[in-house]
Amino acid sequence: MKKQTLVSASLLVAIHTPLFAGEQLESTIQLYQRQGNLSFSVEAGKTLWNQEITHKQMPVTRSCASCHGSDVSQSGKHIKTTKVIKPMSPTINPDRFTDQAKIEKWFLRNCKWTWGRECSVQEKGDILRYLSQQ
Amino acid sequence: MKKSIVIGSVIISSAVASLAYCSGGGEYEGSKWFKPRPDVAPVTNQLYKNECASCHMGYQPGLLPERSWQKLMTGLDDHFSDNAELTAESYTAILNYLTDNAADKSDYKRSRRIANSLAADDTPLRITDTDYFKRKHRELSLTTITHNAEIGSISNCIACHSQADKGSFNENEIRIPGALGRWD
Ligand code: HEC
Ligand code: HEC
Ligand code: HEC
Repeated sequence: MKKQTLVSASLLVAIHTPLFAGEQLESTIQLYQRQGNLSFSVEAGKTLWNQEITHKQMPVTRSCASCHGSDVSQSGKHIKTTKVIKPMSPTINPDRFTDQAKIEKWFLRNCKWTWGRECSVQEKGDILRYLSQQ
Repeated sequence: MKKSIVIGSVIISSAVASLAYCSGGGEYEGSKWFKPRPDVAPVTNQLYKNECASCHMGYQPGLLPERSWQKLMTGLDDHFSDNAELTAESYTAILNYLTDNAADKSDYKRSRRIANSLAADDTPLRITDTDYFKRKHRELSLTTITHNAEIGSISNCIACHSQADKGSFNENEIRIPGALGRWD
């Protein structure tokens, strides 16, 4: 009886309290690590972040930095709508990487749009490792 | 057993109530004698803000008729050549929010005019394609807009309408970046 109340109460708490930036980011990175016994590097992440892919449609060259900038401690700017995007650095912007579903949603959308395909677990891990150090 | 279910559902329903409370109360705050009522109902739905205001300003539902929102929502995987796909749950909630507050269902003056400017079989996917919009902006040169890096696109309402995110498009709030400055 008590247990059930506790379960439903703590479920609510879980829904309502987002994890701290660092906590969620580290647990996402660990989740990726476990998916293939992988290890990640800041350098590889940085290279992926700035690599330019050529498309047939406008804008023809695209990279993660097109919208987020290559200095992620600064705000970025959406390349098509010009809307300001807050800094990707979790040190500067603690609201970053606090929700697993949000992280996955944007990886899916942005990898497809920028690279024309989904990112691999290895790539996502490298990118998050890089961003976590900024 | 029974008791725990009751307690559980009390917690849940009070959480739902507090959510409803947060997303309600969209009326303009402050004195109605001094501040004009925004001419399109402001966005109050938090899910909508999260999902539809990340790449651009959250366009108010009262800027397009219900049939336009329905059509726009069926093509989110190719949304103006961007990908704006949603999970099934968010999809339904957002579609309901948009259609419940669409221009043809709103009593805000600007929404009524947008809805009335369209023929019944006209289903524009863009606000900027509605007759009302085109009429109001015909004095602006499109080339000036696309060549101005601060504006970029005529769809970037907030670049010129300083209160656009609050649903207010009054002439005296217009500031065009670059040469022109204040409009009125
Ligand atoms: C066309 C513009 C654009 C491009 C290009 C782009 N992004 Fe994004 N990205 C966004 C927007 C918009 C958001 C959501 C806005 C926000 O959270 O401030 C976002 C959010 C994210 C998030 C979620 C951050 C969080 O707080 O959870 C991740 C992760 C991300 N992007 C990774 C990438 C990667 C990796 C690339 C390159 C493969 C990339 N993005 C390229 C526009 C872009
Ligand atoms: C991944 C980025 C992204 C997301 C998320 C997104 N949009 Fe868009 N949206 C765009 C782009 C890019 C355009 C084209 C802007 C332009 O032409 O300047 C656009 C244009 C629009 C327009 C037309 C504006 C006009 O009148 O020209 C509407 C309406 C719109 N979006 C509604 C929505 C709704 C509703 C949602 C949420 C379901 C949404 N958008 C989510 C990127 C996005
Ligand atoms: C490049 C600057 C610019 C952009 C971008 C822009 N507008 Fe305007 N808008 C104007 C100007 C200037 C006027 C006033 C025209 C006049 O009175 O002759 C105006 C007028 C209006 C009016 C009528 C105001 C009135 O008092 O009659 C509405 C409503 C409006 N705009 C909505 C929008 C919406 C919605 C968007 C985005 C989808 C948008 N505008 C984008 C410059 C802009």
